Amino acid sequence: MGDEKAPFLEVENIKKVFGHVQALRGVSMNAYEGEVLAIVGDNGAGKSTLIKILSGVVHPDSGSIRISGKEYRDLTPKKAIEAGVSTVYQDLALGNTMDTASNLFLGTELTKGGFLKKKQMQEEARRLIDSLDIQIPDVTVPAGDLSGGQRQGIAVARLVHNGGRLLIFDEPTAAMGLNESNAVLKLIKKLSGQGYAVIIISHNLPHVFLISDRICVMRQGQVIQELKTQETNMDEIVSMITGAVTADITGD
Amino acid sequence: MKNKRLHNYAYTFILLGVLVLLTVVMAAASPYFFSWKNCRNILNQSAIYLVLSIGMTFVISAGQIDLSVGALIGFSGMTMGLLCQAGASAFTAVFAGLAVSAVIGAVNGLLIAYGRINSFIVTLSVMTILRGIILIRMKSKSIFGFGPAFTFIGSGKVGPVNMPIVISLGIAAVGAVILHMTRFGNYCLFIGANEAALNRSGVNVKKYKVLLFSLCGLCAGVAGMIVTARLNSAEPLAGQGYEMDAIAATILGGTSMQGGKGSVIGTVIACFILNVMKNGLTLLAISPHYQQILTGLILLLSVLLSESKQRKKSEV
Repeated sequence: MGDEKAPFLEVENIKKVFGHVQALRGVSMNAYEGEVLAIVGDNGAGKSTLIKILSGVVHPDSGSIRISGKEYRDLTPKKAIEAGVSTVYQDLALGNTMDTASNLFLGTELTKGGFLKKKQMQEEARRLIDSLDIQIPDVTVPAGDLSGGQRQGIAVARLVHNGGRLLIFDEPTAAMGLNESNAVLKLIKKLSGQGYAVIIISHNLPHVFLISDRICVMRQGQVIQELKTQETNMDEIVSMITGAVTADITGD
Repeated sequence: MKNKRLHNYAYTFILLGVLVLLTVVMAAASPYFFSWKNCRNILNQSAIYLVLSIGMTFVISAGQIDLSVGALIGFSGMTMGLLCQAGASAFTAVFAGLAVSAVIGAVNGLLIAYGRINSFIVTLSVMTILRGIILIRMKSKSIFGFGPAFTFIGSGKVGPVNMPIVISLGIAAVGAVILHMTRFGNYCLFIGANEAALNRSGVNVKKYKVLLFSLCGLCAGVAGMIVTARLNSAEPLAGQGYEMDAIAATILGGTSMQGGKGSVIGTVIACFILNVMKNGLTLLAISPHYQQILTGLILLLSVLLSESKQRKKSEV
């Protein structure tokens, strides 16, 4: 899927050392628009470091990052966002006492002479929320009164509204109930269906298999295997994550 | 979900009910209570607290606190007094007094935003520094002799109502519009709700903090102007302890001490509740010491009420 198009994000041979720890030893991967890429791996495999590098928070020691074909040497969080790479933080960065529109338009409020165009913001929030199939009956309710899934929806809608093309989810369904994680998984599927590139990091393999198109297995700072989700199974992935089977054996 | 919005206003309606009830009880208890003279007195007294509390509502909405507003009343009064004494026009004196107050508020904000010091500590320090300067500069004596143009602010009338009421209700109306309808007000609330998120979204939070405290300082300056003009005298201890009344009115009005939630209308009603109570109890010849106890109890009760509501919400 998406193999024939140019990737939205190309990462080549990224290396990163923290003191004595080699967090990433030459990671290469691509993310395509309209595709959900899952990055799996045990704790310490380098997933978080990779994500931090992609969102511009951490600078790699070497390697290259290309977004929409353009190479970025010193990616900062601001540049990453401008290039369309948006990370959904685990805390979601929402104001719990503020309503949907205020949260969605945070920093990009629609104003006229300093006055908020509340009506218009609410209408646009409504449209954006509906287009992503997020179930929020009333956009004037404070975000703190909404469910985890709805809150994640607002956070995502904000990133999309701000021009996000690649959305990175770090453990999107962690600490969520069944209904809520289903809503989030549906949202992620919807995003890729609408042509957004999505990367999810998750320990929850059933969820990974439910929504991803490709799975990228990381182990000890390296991508040991990239697989199409349809062409593998959970046992195989688990054995790769734990190192019970090496990439060479499972490879063709 | 449908009547959620109604639910948000529920507390304001409760406050309004309490105010009406209190008024009825006081009117029944004292025959003097409903005289026009007494009503005007209540309104006049409320005016000062009202102006002060509007500024405080912004600060507390942002999850901050400003303890320096009482001392700023004295400082703005002193500035106006000294200038009038030196022969400046009432207009110059007022302008300078308000400007000085706004600048001191901005200094509060600068220390809090750029010095990264807790607002409680900053404004507590500024409060004692200001009061010290006032006592030294005024040699602990009052300044008398303001011209009629200045005293008009305190005792002049527009139709049947006094100037302080016109000024304070005007400021309350502007405050309500700013807090609930502008980007500035929205950011004040968001600073209280999730400062880190606001920062991450690219908003210059520090700038807004400075503006916020400057606004609160300006309100205190206006309150100082009203106090001075009403007494026709700048007192070195003017406004002492007023910050507590302003905080009490703001919290009672439904603004959350944690920030992120504020109501100017609630503050206005709460101000009237506290002042009607004070006035009524005075008419009933109940000692002001008991009034203090009662004020404290009411505040505790209102916070308990809103906190329990909050807890219930977060448990769901």
